[in-house]
Amino acid sequence: MTSITIPQRQHWMRILALTPPERLAEALAPALSAHPGHHWLRRPETGLVMLRGRAGGTGAQFNLGEASVTRASVSLAGQIGHAWVRGSNARHAELAALADALLQCPAHHADLMAGVIAPLEAELVERRATVSRAAAASKVEFFTMVRGE
Amino acid sequence: MYVAVKGGETAILNSYELLAADRRGDQDTPELTLAQIKGQMRLALARVMQEGSLYDEDLAALALKQASGDVTEAVFLLRAFRTTLPRLGYSLPLDTAAMRVRRRVSGTFKDVPGGQVLGPTPDYTQRLLDFGLTGSDSAPSPTLAEQPLPERLPCVLDVLGSEGLIEPERPADGDPAPKDLTREPLMFPADRATRLQNLARGDEGYLLGLAYSTQRGYAESHPFAGEIRMGEVAVTVCPEELGFEIEIGEVTLTECQMINQFAGSRTAPPQFTRGYGLSFGEGERKAMAMALVDRSLRAAELGEDVHAPAQQQEFVLYHTDNVEASGFVQHLKLPHYVDFQAELSLIRTLRKQFDAQQGDEA
Repeated sequence: MTSITIPQRQHWMRILALTPPERLAEALAPALSAHPGHHWLRRPETGLVMLRGRAGGTGAQFNLGEASVTRASVSLAGQIGHAWVRGSNARHAELAALADALLQCPAHHADLMAGVIAPLEAELVERRATVSRAAAASKVEFFTMVRGE
Repeated sequence: MYVAVKGGETAILNSYELLAADRRGDQDTPELTLAQIKGQMRLALARVMQEGSLYDEDLAALALKQASGDVTEAVFLLRAFRTTLPRLGYSLPLDTAAMRVRRRVSGTFKDVPGGQVLGPTPDYTQRLLDFGLTGSDSAPSPTLAEQPLPERLPCVLDVLGSEGLIEPERPADGDPAPKDLTREPLMFPADRATRLQNLARGDEGYLLGLAYSTQRGYAESHPFAGEIRMGEVAVTVCPEELGFEIEIGEVTLTECQMINQFAGSRTAPPQFTRGYGLSFGEGERKAMAMALVDRSLRAAELGEDVHAPAQQQEFVLYHTDNVEASGFVQHLKLPHYVDFQAELSLIRTLRKQFDAQQGDEA
């Protein structure tokens, strides 16, 4: 069993953060009910992250404004799960932290990746494609009128 | 002499009740839900988040509801609430070039790479009141193109950049962290990063008026909207407990890259210069006004004459904040009984002297 790499963990943490909390609760319900007995190292805490932009998009950094962020840390099945999610939904951070812990367990990793993360990612891609296709429909198709001849 | 001013407690408590009753309005009408405000008042929400300097749709919807739709009051509520939350850190700089674009237009290049994408804009409506909306059963379903837009739309200004016809936009050596106006007071002269933070939090109406003044001749301004893009941008942080970067969600942003003519100086060749605007949500008017004012505030560094209000840092930056402005203007209605008594007695004395003088001359 090879150990989990940072890019792997970044990948699932991203999917967990980008999934709507209600959907996440539904997708994780079977796995979480099979693994009770977690211990909160840090209960969900909402705070602020200052979002930074860059002048002209690529220049000097500047502080654009803050966003609310909720974080949580949990110990479950011998692993420590962390989560940071944008917004003030405590349940979202809890679910993401619990999932992060389980996903690090060699015994559950493959099942959860295939059974939870992969479908959630597919849904995310699908949601985004629909939004982008709607935007694409409003793309201007210029046509040129030829005068004379 | 001090005069004890007490009482009014019951009146104040009863005014709370009146405020709540007027907020609720006719109770035969269903109460507004936060989901409705989030879903159907998204532009008001964006403005509250931007000027409240806090991106949180739920809190902004609550603030708007509590403020009965008064945007400036909602901004005040959000700013007050944010002081109760701990600061957990800073994001990595948002990469707007990687924005998942829903709208992208250029006023300078018709055939911009990736095309002109209009998105959900009122620009091409005729601004006729739509009486079809008086009901509550509209269910539009937008057309979907066969293919989504490319994942990354090229930045329009890169076209000019590749020819060296526009000033490059690069961070200073070491990419220093910017000053944070929520932690440090505003000092002059303010660098561009500080000015941009101030403008980003600033009142849209005020910036719009200033931007308009630069177009009407109160500054050397020959602007073009090089690119305006709106869409979703990933938020990335690097939490201490992890030690690596993670994406924690996304925010909707509107970015405006304004291009301005510049005749050149002793050291710089003639080229285009930039003004930059960035705003939470769909905030196109704000982003454009911010970009124009950003450029006008660069007058001194570009060696231009500084003579118009929109070019004067102190004038502009000290008056952008609508929470401060609203507070100072509105504090006039609070009791000034003692100050006014002093003024009144002074005027009475002067008037007596004046009347006596008039009598002497007659």
